[in-house]
Amino acid sequence: MVDSAGKGFRREKGVEILLALAASVSVLVTIGIVVSLFSETAGFFKEVSVKEFFTGTKWTPLFSPAHYGIAPLVAGTMLVTVIAMIVAAPLGLASAIYLSEYAPDGVRRLIKPVLEILAGIPTIVYGYFALTFVTPIIRAVFPQTNVFNALSAGIVMGIMLIPMISSLSEDAMTAVPNSLREAAYALGATKLEVSYKVVIPAAVSGIVASFILAFSRAIGETMIVTLAAGSTPKLTFNPLDSIQTMTAFIVQVMLGDAPFGSIEYKSVYAVASVLFVVTLSLNLIGTWIVRRYKEVY
Amino acid sequence: MTLESIISVRNLHVSYRDRKVLKGINLDIYKNRITAIMGPSGCGKSTLLRCMNRMIDLSEGARVGGKVLYRGENIYSPKIDPAQIRFRIGMVFQKPNPFPKSIFENVAFGPRINGYKGDLSALVEQSLQRAGLWDEVKDRLHENAYMLSGGQQQRLCIARALALEPEVLLLDEPCSALDPISTMHVEELIRQLKERLTIVIVTHNIQQAARVADYTAFLLQGELVEFGETSRMFTVPKDKRTEDFITGRFG
Ligand SMILES: Nc1ncnc2c1ncn2[C@@H]1O[C@H](COP(=O)(O)OP(=O)(O)OP(=O)(O)O)[C@@H](O)[C@H]1O
Ligand SMILES: [Mg+2]
Repeated sequence: MVDSAGKGFRREKGVEILLALAASVSVLVTIGIVVSLFSETAGFFKEVSVKEFFTGTKWTPLFSPAHYGIAPLVAGTMLVTVIAMIVAAPLGLASAIYLSEYAPDGVRRLIKPVLEILAGIPTIVYGYFALTFVTPIIRAVFPQTNVFNALSAGIVMGIMLIPMISSLSEDAMTAVPNSLREAAYALGATKLEVSYKVVIPAAVSGIVASFILAFSRAIGETMIVTLAAGSTPKLTFNPLDSIQTMTAFIVQVMLGDAPFGSIEYKSVYAVASVLFVVTLSLNLIGTWIVRRYKEVY
Repeated sequence: MTLESIISVRNLHVSYRDRKVLKGINLDIYKNRITAIMGPSGCGKSTLLRCMNRMIDLSEGARVGGKVLYRGENIYSPKIDPAQIRFRIGMVFQKPNPFPKSIFENVAFGPRINGYKGDLSALVEQSLQRAGLWDEVKDRLHENAYMLSGGQQQRLCIARALALEPEVLLLDEPCSALDPISTMHVEELIRQLKERLTIVIVTHNIQQAARVADYTAFLLQGELVEFGETSRMFTVPKDKRTEDFITGRFG
């Protein structure tokens, strides 16, 4: 008896340790990534001044004379991301409102899987779609458009983000209790008023969260921009221009033959650090907004 | 003293999908009177009440036959806008359901969406006064309504309905989620409100019907068994089933 109880206890302990190890893997890996990111970045800043990196307006690490001002990459990233959000936020929200408040059951059962399929398409397919389908259309309308341009990548990235915003926002809206809808209807509200004045305000924290997650995802998106937005780091806000995003730059250098330990190689880490910090602060700002909105009620 | 009927239910049938829930109800609701609808659970009280302001439209699978006349006009005629009916005939639900907004915004909601042009603060104050809640909340109008107790929330829901100055107020078991003291408050409030509007209250509490109602309708399995003055019905019920129900010998 005593013996078997002891064995059971030891097995319990063993399982616990295994589980704890599994849990710590992701934590350790994350710490490892951050450490290597920042140590390589520190190496980069031994050779390039912080001032040049943040205030320079030229990014030409692969040419001489080399310039290391990150502004063009940040501008490129923001341009594509903003275009993507202009497409995705209204369409995603409208689709969520439709699915949660208007769609009859049959229609909802049809549309939800379609959206999920849309979310599961590999991003390389989106990139290809941008380059071979959307870009020619844009060029037909605006002939001065570059083959690689921010607009096409942004629009397609927006399409990619719609299911994410739609499904997260819809979850937030379906979580709004029906008793609130009934309360509004009983006061003579129309369906539109119920959606805009009751459901959306009650679900606002979830909706904002979905926007922020989509925004974060857009900043980190790599494949579409690498394929369709170009590799010309340029400080521009013209969506028809070829640009380069931070992620696309990292891909370019990694696929190239920048020697290990060289300054080009290290510049990738500096850019990745910026990407990391931007995404992290976005998420922090996001949670802060969510908390604030909650307090308004 | 003449009695004016403000709502007349005529041969009302309701079914949910294929289940008949109301079977040919005829009932008159008198102006400035309190009418109670009582009956055991599941007999169709809420369904009947929801037919009186077309909230039944929101119940999935419900089919309505027959007529409900409001001021002589059938509210189920195609030219009627249900939102307009609900604007004139307010409703308070079993569970308090304030919006997750401030106390003020809760009361102001109805007037706002219906384009009220007057002094909104005055209207909010007046409505809270009439719901007997003003003194308790006047210093915290901009606090979230969820900070209130259950009884206060229910009176807030009544204030919210009163802000539209409805002619009829439908209450569906408004006290069933409340403690005895809060229940007493709400009942007292209902008696006062009778001066300015007509009240229909659903209850499965026999004593409550006896305490507040001028008229009582007794519903059983989708049929109206008996309707009449409360004092008469509770002393000399005409139907054996009514007698059984009010003496607690039922089921
Ligand atoms: N939306 C619905 N779909 C299907 N059946 C329903 C629906 N609403 C109510 N019913 C059924 O109709 C019958 C009458 O319901 P109703 O809610 O009117 O009863 P009630 O007298 O108000 O009961 P309670 O005292 O429990 O509130 C019940 O048997 C109920 O199960
Ligand atoms: Mg009921």
